[in-house]
Amino acid sequence: MPKVTIDDISIEVPAGTTILQAARMIGENVPPAMCYYSKLEGSGGKCRTCLVKVTKGSEKDPRPMPKLVASCRTTVMDGMEVRNTTSPEVTDARKGVTEFLLINHPLDCPVCDQAGECKLQDLSYEHGLAKSRYEFKRREFERKDIGDKIQLHMNRCILCYRCTQVAEQLTPERVHGVLNRGEVSEISTFIEQAVDNEFSGNMIDVCPVGALTDKTFRFKSRVWFTKPVNAHRNCPTCSGKVTLWYQGEEVLRVTGRKNRWNEVEDFICNECRFDKKETKDWQIEGPVSVDSHSVISQNHPKIELPVIQKLIESDKDSTQK
Amino acid sequence: MQSLTNRSKLVSNKKMTLSERLYIPAILAGLRITIYHFFKKKATIQYPEQQKIHSKIYRGKHVLKKDEQGRENCTACGLCAVACPAEAITIVAAERKKGEESLYREEKYAAEYNINMLRCIFCGLCEESCPKDAIYLTEIVAESNYDRNQFIFTKDMMVEDTETKGRIDVSDRRNGIRQGAV
Repeated sequence: MPKVTIDDISIEVPAGTTILQAARMIGENVPPAMCYYSKLEGSGGKCRTCLVKVTKGSEKDPRPMPKLVASCRTTVMDGMEVRNTTSPEVTDARKGVTEFLLINHPLDCPVCDQAGECKLQDLSYEHGLAKSRYEFKRREFERKDIGDKIQLHMNRCILCYRCTQVAEQLTPERVHGVLNRGEVSEISTFIEQAVDNEFSGNMIDVCPVGALTDKTFRFKSRVWFTKPVNAHRNCPTCSGKVTLWYQGEEVLRVTGRKNRWNEVEDFICNECRFDKKETKDWQIEGPVSVDSHSVISQNHPKIELPVIQKLIESDKDSTQK
Repeated sequence: MQSLTNRSKLVSNKKMTLSERLYIPAILAGLRITIYHFFKKKATIQYPEQQKIHSKIYRGKHVLKKDEQGRENCTACGLCAVACPAEAITIVAAERKKGEESLYREEKYAAEYNINMLRCIFCGLCEESCPKDAIYLTEIVAESNYDRNQFIFTKDMMVEDTETKGRIDVSDRRNGIRQGAV
């Protein structure tokens, strides 16, 4: 198995693993990814936020790679040495990429429903400048409805192509894609055709920004005032494993369960997402543990302390024996 | 026992002198102090006829600002509510409809904006967190009341009434916040 060293931490990974996946296996110093989505084939390589520096190509050919490489698309070699957060060149490049991504992105976070769980917001908080140096007009589009439950804000789109890949890989017939090229390219349904598929709602979950949002949740609340709870139901079309977002007694929103890398565990169907918004429809499993760095944790700090949780678990083990 | 400080006094049980037994000199001394205070400058003022001048950055009742065109600045982003340490603010957002462009600046606005003044501690974190220049604390003193329900200040009590009362000047606080002085 090839051995790769990322920021002085070594790990052995199966052949064919990308640098980004290896970094996720380590769990520290993981490059951010705006377009790569491990559940979608062919995703990645577009946004360039995951750029890393390869200081040693491999054991056989120890020359460093001449340019920064996209870690989501570069597979590891045996003896490879990678620098991510420890390289000033990488942080500098990431700062530049962030500035480029924000060139056309509007500053409407106070209005946007994605604020609080937006990856671009996190990225610009960490790597962005406080001010934009761009002097020209941002590109502007009209708000569009994709079907009756999904809204597209093309202004906010960063063209990661994740949603078109969802449509391509999850649903038999894709009805939306990217039209035009370059600066004027946009996500669109062909001839404003409604996306009418059982799994089309997953576009909302995969969108890293607020370009595709749930119309049933539009302006209902802010993400940090809602409380995520894991739940499941017996769904004939999908796994039925979801996260419910509660405000008080009310389910405001249903999404797929997201892992640490903001990727859903299972894609869920539109019936679960849009039509089952009552507690009686679901079997509640328990609260989602929210990262304490996230603004979502503001209103409900973790109740179980990790130490106590471990004690409880060890107690359980000993009684079982 | 040796005392820890040298301030302790021994209690004496000596007999009082005649003048001390009459108490009149002591009463006169007391009266002198009382009468002296009649002529001193008063520490209190006759509120509400008289009012003290507040400092420029006094933190009083909140105002929800409007922009130059008279549109409400607040977009109900909820940052004030999450920043509020007393959890006094509750907001309900709504979408701006066609024809309401002259009322609200952005496509989302606060349909309800309540501040529980019994909870508010006038810390000013709401105005500091506001990205839209919408909420400020003013020099106006928040009214007191006999009824607890009256302390939940609703939007119509706080939104700037530009038509009848004119603008509320918050430039001192705004500049203070920008410079990090307040």
